[in-house]
Amino acid sequence: MAATPVAGTPALSIRDLHAWYGESHVLHGVELEVQKGEVVTLLGRNGAGRTSTLRAILGLTGERKGSIRLSGVETIHLATHRIAHLGVGYCPEERGIFASLSCEENLMLPPAIQGGDGGMSIDEIYAMFPNLKERRHSQGTRLSGGEQQMLAVARILRTGANLLLLDEISEGLAPVIVHALARMIRTLKAKGYTVVMVEQNFRFAAPLADRFYVMEHGRIVEHFAAGELEARMPVLNQLLGV
Amino acid sequence: MEIFGRPLPAMLSQLLLGLVNGSFYAILSLGLAVIFGLLNVINFAHGALFMLGAVLAWMGMEYLGVNYWLMLLLSPLIVGALGILIERVFLRHIYKLDHLYGLLLTLGITLVIEGVLRSFYGVSGLPYSPPDALAGATNLGFMVLPNYRAWVVVASLAVCFATWYVIERTKLGAYLRAGTENPRLVEAFGVNVPLMVTLTYGFGVALAAFAGVLAAPVIQVSPLMGQHLIIVVFAVVVIGGMGSIMGSILTGLGLGVIEGFTKVFYPEASSTVVFVIMAIVLVVRPAGLFGKEK
Repeated sequence: MAATPVAGTPALSIRDLHAWYGESHVLHGVELEVQKGEVVTLLGRNGAGRTSTLRAILGLTGERKGSIRLSGVETIHLATHRIAHLGVGYCPEERGIFASLSCEENLMLPPAIQGGDGGMSIDEIYAMFPNLKERRHSQGTRLSGGEQQMLAVARILRTGANLLLLDEISEGLAPVIVHALARMIRTLKAKGYTVVMVEQNFRFAAPLADRFYVMEHGRIVEHFAAGELEARMPVLNQLLGV
Repeated sequence: MEIFGRPLPAMLSQLLLGLVNGSFYAILSLGLAVIFGLLNVINFAHGALFMLGAVLAWMGMEYLGVNYWLMLLLSPLIVGALGILIERVFLRHIYKLDHLYGLLLTLGITLVIEGVLRSFYGVSGLPYSPPDALAGATNLGFMVLPNYRAWVVVASLAVCFATWYVIERTKLGAYLRAGTENPRLVEAFGVNVPLMVTLTYGFGVALAAFAGVLAAPVIQVSPLMGQHLIIVVFAVVVIGGMGSIMGSILTGLGLGVIEGFTKVFYPEASSTVVFVIMAIVLVVRPAGLFGKEK
């Protein structure tokens, strides 16, 4: 799989992004660009700033400086709830399934993007994740880890969001579930979604991504396309200890 | 006829009184629980806003001749609007701080509201009679039922269950429940959480004002009427726990009834029984009867 940059405005363009949690300066000038329809993976050790980068895109960190453009629209000064309506779907590392909501209420919670094309229908989602249909009346947090992960991804497909930010979706899951998630990412890519993944599981991410960014100390330190992966392995081994 | 050596009509009338007080406890603790859930603020001003609801009903009648029924609608709207203002101007700035700051701030707001009304109306009580349609009593054969008190219980229960239904069974309620758990994530999904927070506070204090208007004909209307009630209501909230809407409603009603029966069997304890129960619950189940352990 080679990089297939689509002509036109990038889905996501980050320039010189700095972010803080309170006093602590966590991102130090992140530069990142994702074209529409691309699958991009952020690699790096724990604490390198990958999760913070995703959170900063949504304004979930503290103070932010620099530039984050979504399909050309500057969002650095926008309130979090407005950013979502520019077509961003966020799946947090801790999954964020609500205990006081049923599976189906969790699924239906994120409002449809204003002016979006509506996203996947509930039937399409249930066809993709039959378990969720079976368990739709169960309390959200009674679902298995794998089911919760599917729910966390499924609920952002319903809204019409085109840019999906997926944080460690394969973490702690059985191999059979990880395979199902990999299949899902391929399906989403075929449907034209743009995906930014944070992954610890290199073997999961490697065959899926078009391009890779490597982060360290709150900066992007390496950046290459899937085709160069083989050649970059020695550097990666050193940076990630994979 | 007697039960445990007490005449049945006395028991039934205390049961009704208990249900009336319990209705106020239920509406007020419900509002406190909803506000605490989403805002993380222990709204000490709840008693003052309950009182304001009652005083507004009196003022409507006294100055403008506006009747009870219209004030039952207007008073919560006015207090709700005031709540929205309080949230926007004051509370908004303290969400990230310790609970103590919210408690102190709302206590300050309480003192201001009560102080202003006290300087105008004193503390001796303002007369307010029930609407004509609900005056008098109905003889049920086994007891005489004061119509207005029956109305208080019915109206309170209707409002409590409507609130429960909206929160537990609708999409709007799902936003509220999710926002209570993880407001940042709900906002990341594109829900205008700050607006939801403002409206929730407005709604919670509007409930208090509604209870205030209901209480105006049965509790002496005075700038201090909220103080007496709010301390008991906080005990009710501690006993019920913060986790559950239905828990707040049932605990409120239940404790009102227990208080009523205590008046029959051991009147000396009637004003402390709620606090004794609170102490026991705190020892046995610190999170409250319906609360979730964290």
